[in-house]
Amino acid sequence: MKFHTNDEKPVRRPRAHVLSRKMDRVFTELYSIASFIGRFFKEVFLPPYEFKEIIRQCFEIGVKSLPLISLTGFIIGIVFMNQSRPSLAEFGATSWLPSLVSLAIVRALAPLVTALIGAGRIGSMIGAELGSMKVTEQIEAMEVSATNPFKFLVVSRVLATTFMIPALMMYTMLVALLGAFLNVNANEGTSFTTYFTQVFDAITFLDIFSSVIKSALFGFTIGVVGCYKGYHSSKGTEGVGKAANSSVVTAMFLVFIEELLSLQIITALR
Amino acid sequence: MKKTTPVIDTANSVINIRGLEKSFGDLDVLRGVDLDLYKGENLVVLGKSGTGKSVLIKIISGLLKPDAGRVTVLGQEVSTLKGRDLDQLRLKIGFSFQNSALYDSMTIRKNLEFPLVRNRRNLTRAEVDKMVEVVLDAVGLSQTINQMPSELSGGQRKRIGIARTLILQPEIMLYDEPTAGLDPITCIDINNLINEVQDRFHTSSIIITHDLTCAKDVGDRVVMLLDGQFQRQGTFDEVFNTQDERVKLFHDYNFIN
Repeated sequence: MKFHTNDEKPVRRPRAHVLSRKMDRVFTELYSIASFIGRFFKEVFLPPYEFKEIIRQCFEIGVKSLPLISLTGFIIGIVFMNQSRPSLAEFGATSWLPSLVSLAIVRALAPLVTALIGAGRIGSMIGAELGSMKVTEQIEAMEVSATNPFKFLVVSRVLATTFMIPALMMYTMLVALLGAFLNVNANEGTSFTTYFTQVFDAITFLDIFSSVIKSALFGFTIGVVGCYKGYHSSKGTEGVGKAANSSVVTAMFLVFIEELLSLQIITALR
Repeated sequence: MKKTTPVIDTANSVINIRGLEKSFGDLDVLRGVDLDLYKGENLVVLGKSGTGKSVLIKIISGLLKPDAGRVTVLGQEVSTLKGRDLDQLRLKIGFSFQNSALYDSMTIRKNLEFPLVRNRRNLTRAEVDKMVEVVLDAVGLSQTINQMPSELSGGQRKRIGIARTLILQPEIMLYDEPTAGLDPITCIDINNLINEVQDRFHTSSIIITHDLTCAKDVGDRVVMLLDGQFQRQGTFDEVFNTQDERVKLFHDYNFIN
């Protein structure tokens, strides 16, 4: 809090000046993010390659997310099937339930839910981890011991998220379809074979392929945002909290924007 | 432990700094710093907090770029080095951080191995284990090998931080506030360790501190950073034998309070 004596009145800056400083900050930040991404693409192709660290990160990001992804995917399958039933039942079209649900899960729900869970769990984890490494000088310690911290910490994590989010998405897809099957089997008595025949009749290669590509993009975004926020955090423990928080918020926001854009592109392709 | 008389080669300067300047925004931190570190010497840099002591060693190790001036380390100008050349030079410089900067997610063994396995890829598992044992023994913490950094005390963390830098057998050691935040007894242990490192590993060191006991115990030469420049240098007694109020205040606070 700033105190002023009677003689000294607070200086009011013209609004245009404040706006210009804000715009400066926005463009500086955008330039910084673009440089960060540019550096990633430069470093990713240059040796030495951090295979061990990439595999370790894939385990941390992929395998350790399985319990949460399993539970969420399974529940989404059941709930979506349940919520879709009344609408189709009005037209006597409950036999279309497997087709409808599979299209929704494969095209939108599985990629989006996986990305959102990824942004929450993985984005915050990366942001907090790198943030605390930054404020406790661990990143500098790596640099002075002749290790490229960008390659070791950032490249490995961004690659891991880019590979693992599509893999997790495929797994979510499968679990959600199984959840939906249990629901439709319990209510309509649809057999496993009939259900999956209808599911695979409804979806095309483009549906799965586009979801995989979209998830890779989501994964890349989650990784880059988490690493960027963590790598540039400051102001001690407060900065670490902010890095973790803004990693999640920014990644989720960008995932939705990307989902909208990819929807337009895929619809045009279809 | 009493400090033994080191062999200092005053004809051989391992770090040579001339006209070094560094600012952060409007704040001029270093304003034309000149400095030589001689081979085998423990040089203490004294100064108040925020006077740019840590900035100085970060520039020496290439973590920060100077605004002006020349920093030559082991015959190479640091600001002109990039990539592999800078890494090769960094392997000869050990940097002990103020807060130890141990990797939280790794055990002590992994912390010590980290710089070694990444920079000496031809070493066998047995050789790596042996080198880890040697440096852990040098800092007297062999029993902590499988512990996590969070399980160690502040003094132990400092020692492990020093061990991690020693594993690459550096020629130069840079200590950033080695006794900050430690109790007096642990400070004495750390001071002894710094002297032991000088004797055993024949390193030349810059020790950044505002702890005068540390400066007196480990410094072969002391320089004082005031207003962005080295105002006084010499032995501990020479530096403090002055009527300069800024220097006297520093001395009196440490030894009278």
